[in-house]
Amino acid sequence: MSRPTPAFARLGTGLAALALQASAWAGPAVEATEKQPLNLHAIVMFLVFVAATMGITYWASSRTKSAADFYTAGGGITGFQNGLAIAGDYMSAATLLGLTAMTYTSGLDGYIYMICFFVGWPLILFMMAERLRNLGRFTFADITAYRLDQGKVRTMASIGSLTVVCFYLIAQMVGAGQLIKLLFGLDYAIAVVAVGALMTVYVIKGGMLATTWVQIIKACMLLAGGTLVMLLAMSQFGFSYTDVVAKAAAAHKDGWKILSPGKLTADPVTAVSLALGLMFGTAGLPHILMRFFTVTDAKEARKSVLYASGFIAYFFNVIFLMGLSAILIVGQDPQFFEGGNVGGKLLGGGNMVAMHLAKAVGGNLLLGFLAAVAFATILAVVSGLALAGASAVSHDLYARVIKKGQASEADEMKVSRMATVVLGVVAVLLGIAFEKQNVAFMVGLAFGIAASSNFPVLILSMYWKGLTTRGALAGGYIGLFVAVALVVMSKSVWVTVFGNAQALFPYDQPALFSMPLAFLVCWLVSVTDSSASAAKEKEAFDDQFVRAQTGYGAAVASKH
Amino acid sequence: MSADVYGRIKANPKFQELVQRRSRFAWLLSLAVLVIFYGFILLVAFNPAMMAMRLGGEASLVTLGPVVILSMFVLFWLLTALYVKRANGEFDELNRAIVQDAQKKGAKR
Repeated sequence: MSRPTPAFARLGTGLAALALQASAWAGPAVEATEKQPLNLHAIVMFLVFVAATMGITYWASSRTKSAADFYTAGGGITGFQNGLAIAGDYMSAATLLGLTAMTYTSGLDGYIYMICFFVGWPLILFMMAERLRNLGRFTFADITAYRLDQGKVRTMASIGSLTVVCFYLIAQMVGAGQLIKLLFGLDYAIAVVAVGALMTVYVIKGGMLATTWVQIIKACMLLAGGTLVMLLAMSQFGFSYTDVVAKAAAAHKDGWKILSPGKLTADPVTAVSLALGLMFGTAGLPHILMRFFTVTDAKEARKSVLYASGFIAYFFNVIFLMGLSAILIVGQDPQFFEGGNVGGKLLGGGNMVAMHLAKAVGGNLLLGFLAAVAFATILAVVSGLALAGASAVSHDLYARVIKKGQASEADEMKVSRMATVVLGVVAVLLGIAFEKQNVAFMVGLAFGIAASSNFPVLILSMYWKGLTTRGALAGGYIGLFVAVALVVMSKSVWVTVFGNAQALFPYDQPALFSMPLAFLVCWLVSVTDSSASAAKEKEAFDDQFVRAQTGYGAAVASKH
Repeated sequence: MSADVYGRIKANPKFQELVQRRSRFAWLLSLAVLVIFYGFILLVAFNPAMMAMRLGGEASLVTLGPVVILSMFVLFWLLTALYVKRANGEFDELNRAIVQDAQKKGAKR
């Protein structure tokens, strides 16, 4: 999570924040927050959101009958809806709060981070979107195991998925608890239990259909709330970018320097490793990949990315303007600083810039709305994660590995619901257990694993005829292991969590090292694999390739 | 049998043409994004001062950094639009013809 000093400095290099930022809320986890007085506006608006989404869940539950309904909303989501839902999955509370704060403190750095978060999307479209839709059905393991050994490859894919989902969930839960304590004035434990319970209900009752609509509503709220705050703030400067820049540079303690890169210049290796980890980590996150199976066909899958990247790009630019104008509107107003000491510590910590800005330009009502948006955002993201985790358990592990494809649909769904409850309970317990811990590294870890294990196997299975089961297993497991090991040896765990003096691995994001290694091992083991099954697997690539290209034989949308 | 259909699609020269044209287009766009983006990242890493350069005179308030980043947002999104337009139009048309062809030939047999 990116956040201003001093918590920011604790993360080591400024770029560390980059990895921890995308599509996750780990921010308030970095430092424990003060409990605030009860915020009634926020609570009322959040209750309205919960009521609306519960209504949708009730409606969705009557339409969630088959496994396809549960995992992919029957494959009947349109490209536009899915685009909004992807944007909802990707733009978390961290995006709104963390990146506004980053622009507020470091100016251009915030904007540079944002382009880094954005740039993975065009590549996902060009390289993956249509193949994902044409080959996959419920989980991305459908694709990696398409022509390889079902049991072994799916086991590995679900271990990868569940690891990513668990670390991500912990970071989200701890973040949720801290944020809610801060914004709503509720107890940490109550907040965590509420998030866990709501998430479980959405997923169990409404499956992917409810989860998708929660994402869509939340994305609209986020876009509307951000735009409103930005417009109100910019109206104070006659909507002139140059006016804001001139005044902000004059008012900021760093002056004109806010318009040149700061911490990003420190270390090119970190910069490239993080850019890689983010770009390809996004393409290996199970809950993001799963969204591609909810649309009718490859055409709609492509449109999803077009809309999603449009919303994401738009919102990042809104955030940049919010951050810049906050330098003037928040940064010079004593009411937002502890003890009224302008330039001192911001009330509620550095991440509260966007919230203070909302209050300054729109009063308590707008503040309440934005707080409700932030909570809704967390709920939506954890629901997507829980669904992806449950699918890995029920569709991959239970139905394909344990029952070898012989499980009845009813049993499979029962298992997925049980898995959701277990995930919900585990998430709440871990969320409470990690309350006082610095969990920021967990999001970086999730991205590192996704980029080093899920992504290499997935992309090679789609593009390279020569990939064999042995190669996929060796590369996938080594990528997973090395990514975890490097993060454990990095500063954010070795020094910050374990309290050692010196990090064994100098960078926070392992992708630059673990991802090429995974590719190398996949390749080496595959080309030296001369078994009979390997020959068969290579032979099966041609049919898979035709299906990937044409969509002939792809899973079709179920009728409602 | 779908396996037969796969075989016939693969044997169709139009399929090779589709794959070649679509892949080349996708790689070209990916390459453009990667080169521009990593070029920018390296520039930021090795010559940060350049990003603060004022465009259009000493007193200008417009600096290079935000202009470059905004242009990347717009350009990359336009590239996605370009790909979707061509893939959902031209390429999908060709795709449909190929699949229909393969199914028809199967029915005749």
